[in-house]
Amino acid sequence: MQIKSRIVNKTLYILLSGELDEYTAPNVRKTLDTMLETEKGFIQIVLDLSELTFMDSTGVGVLIGRYKKMREKNKPIFITNPSRNAERIFKMSGLYEIMPKIV
Amino acid sequence: MKKNSMEIKFKALAENEPFARNVVAGFILPLNPSLNELDDIKTAVSEAITNVVVHAYPQNTGYVTMKVTTQDNYVTISIVDNGIGIQDIERALTPFYTSKPNEERSGMGFTVMESFMDKLEVISNGSGVTVKMGKAIEKKVAGL
Ligand SMILES: Nc1ncnc2c1ncn2[C@@H]1O[C@H](COP(=O)(O)OP(=O)(O)OP(=O)(O)O)[C@@H](O)[C@H]1O
Ligand SMILES: [Mg+2]
Repeated sequence: MQIKSRIVNKTLYILLSGELDEYTAPNVRKTLDTMLETEKGFIQIVLDLSELTFMDSTGVGVLIGRYKKMREKNKPIFITNPSRNAERIFKMSGLYEIMPKIV
Repeated sequence: MKKNSMEIKFKALAENEPFARNVVAGFILPLNPSLNELDDIKTAVSEAITNVVVHAYPQNTGYVTMKVTTQDNYVTISIVDNGIGIQDIERALTPFYTSKPNEERSGMGFTVMESFMDKLEVISNGSGVTVKMGKAIEKKVAGL
């Protein structure tokens, strides 16, 4: 799993590349939390999943965990470019109600 | 009535998850699954294996046995552990139920298996859990 970020117009764009499952989750949590704490000057986050090649329900837990941390700082998170299966899992779990999908 | 089967046993470790789901995907290739069907099956397998890794063996790491059978265009996958088992299966199958709410789990694993596969059966009789899932692979017309 590779995670890259950049800030454009006060938006922190995070690109997840690879597979998100129980094996990669601990590192994804750590890397995202470090990014979210050390990056400065953004007011919202866009998670770009266009290069996420695999995800199961463990991914939902990881995303909700980050959402809770950012909610305290009033920074909304948006999701873009989910795969067909990620989309189905997000809809089933109601994730889009707290992290809306944008196109 | 072409029948085929395989069985493997491996340690219930998170690092074996990609291995397990890719083994199943490779084994069912002769059925000519679509990419979507492969994705569905890999995701369901990953959910079942994750559950063994996360829930079955709280003390010491145990093993998971995975059996895959194909008959014509139908795939059956059994994932078996010898862990602590599930007391209340109905509750476990309920969407959003998790016994680990403090560990960033969403309680959606069984719900994902149910909706990505055609059939899901969960058996627990005191010594571990057997998750049996089935899915029909759509027959493709030759030349299309
Ligand atoms: N192999 C197993 N051994 C023991 N308990 C299990 C096993 N599989 C599932 N369970 C129990 O069933 C519950 C529901 O499982 P499910 O996969 O739906 O959710 P989860 O694993 O808690 O969360 P998520 O899958 O979203 O990360 C688990 O919380 C656990 O208590
Ligand atoms: Mg689970």
